[in-house]
Amino acid sequence: MSAEAPYSKIAGDGLWYNNVALVQVLGLCPLLAVTSTAVNGIGLGLATMLVLLGSNVTVSLIRHLVRPEVRIPVYVVIIASFVTAVELGMHAWFHDLYLVLGIFIPLIVTNCSILGRAESFASKNSVPRAMVDALTMGFGFLVVLFVLGAMREMIGFGTLFAQANLMFGEAFSWLTITLVEDYSGFLLAVLPPGAFIGLGMLIALKNVVDARQEKRRKAAAPVEHTAPEQA
Amino acid sequence: MSFAIQPHLSVPQIMHRVSLALIPALLAYTWIFGWGVVLNVLLAVATALAVEALLLKIRHKPFKAPFGDGSAILTALLLCMALPPLLPWWVVVIGSAIAILLGKQLYGGLGFNPFNPAMVGYVVLLISFPREMSLWMAPIGGEHSLSLLDTLRYVFTEQLPAAVGGIDAYTMATPLDALKTGLGLEQAMGEIMAMPMFGYLGGSGWEIINALILLGGLWMLYTRLITWHVPVAMLGTLFLIAGIFHLIDPQSYASPVFHIVTGGALLGAFFIATDPVSGATSLRGQLIFGAGVGLFTYIIRTWGGYPDGVAFSILLMNMAAPTIDYYTRPRVFGHKGDQG
Repeated sequence: MSAEAPYSKIAGDGLWYNNVALVQVLGLCPLLAVTSTAVNGIGLGLATMLVLLGSNVTVSLIRHLVRPEVRIPVYVVIIASFVTAVELGMHAWFHDLYLVLGIFIPLIVTNCSILGRAESFASKNSVPRAMVDALTMGFGFLVVLFVLGAMREMIGFGTLFAQANLMFGEAFSWLTITLVEDYSGFLLAVLPPGAFIGLGMLIALKNVVDARQEKRRKAAAPVEHTAPEQA
Repeated sequence: MSFAIQPHLSVPQIMHRVSLALIPALLAYTWIFGWGVVLNVLLAVATALAVEALLLKIRHKPFKAPFGDGSAILTALLLCMALPPLLPWWVVVIGSAIAILLGKQLYGGLGFNPFNPAMVGYVVLLISFPREMSLWMAPIGGEHSLSLLDTLRYVFTEQLPAAVGGIDAYTMATPLDALKTGLGLEQAMGEIMAMPMFGYLGGSGWEIINALILLGGLWMLYTRLITWHVPVAMLGTLFLIAGIFHLIDPQSYASPVFHIVTGGALLGAFFIATDPVSGATSLRGQLIFGAGVGLFTYIIRTWGGYPDGVAFSILLMNMAAPTIDYYTRPRVFGHKGDQG
């Protein structure tokens, strides 16, 4: 990627066109494992976003100092440091949420998208750009985690934002909405197959939206050759 | 393509004949377990057709041919044979919708589905609603039975006539359930089998239904709608393994005959594992496919968490079918090899 990608393109890529979860299909392990409720999804999404922000900025800062031969170990150490910091932070301030998310907080270190952004973007771009990239990529991932979590929670438990107090404190317990009283539960949505089916539906939905957009663009400018989409 | 079945029959003809072969067993199921089965069938068929029509419309597919081919109806009927006889309406609707939606149309419709749609719907229900899916009516001649009106009331409002206590008055364990519970309590096989519900071979009531399934299956074999490979391989493997364990310790392992005539073994062997779309295609592959279903059925029944394992086994082997096909491809004429 050339150095001067406009900010709007960086943001568009991160949020939609190159979305971590829906297009790159990276970070599936936490994506599928913790999204049984909306709150879990938001919690993990925020943690991932923080790590991504820290690592992208740091990698971008030192991009002229690191020799290419050792760049990967250096990135890994940087990412691991931020993951540890976030984990300790959650342990201290969001202890209940930390208990729910458990192993998946330290496992953020294995989320390929973070190393991927460091390698393919932050190491070649200035700090502000790396920061925008981290924020939008992280936010794109967060939104998918949240939507998937909300879907599975609504179908599986009949609630939304259950245990909101874990995330936002007792003052926000009112966020919890019970959609259906006496809901007997749709276990499949909560179990791992539900996560796969849900993610598949979301990806399909994105493809439908993209196809519609493409059609409209073609109809608007029939002569012009459409720019090649990224894979 | 499956080259062993009658080549001159069209898809609708095959689907209608298989459905026809299922009708006697379905009637017996209704006669023995009550009106709930009829309601299940009506709900499941209506939902299957509605979802099929909706999906075909969304996918901009030609409407008439796939809609009228009878495959959705057959899926719904097979699902109903697997479902317990009394269920709240939404369970049946969800199961039937998922069978068509997730099991068939999302993969591209009939012919492209890697899994048997009816079994997808059944397993989703089994996993999602364990409470509803484990309530089995007592067969005919039980202490209480539900009239059509009461059945309707239960299916749509989940309320029972007040006179007779709870749902427990109408239900009892299936033979496989009772076997699992009995063994869990360390009862001896002889003790368990002496319970009146076990009838002569499998379970009272169940014997008649399974005999009619066998009859339907034999008719399909006779008219060459299916070949013998899958049913024989599946039932043979199940019989063999069950026989070995029964010989080793007859007090802890049920007899091979019991395994064949209870649960979904016969239904699976003749009607579901023989699905030409989701099973293996070559004849040698079908033998392996059937044997795998039989093996997994025994393993899940004996050591698994669920009383019956036919549905899971068929889905597992559906997953393996492409690999089986890859390794059992008939050799092309003129190429070296021992297989013609």
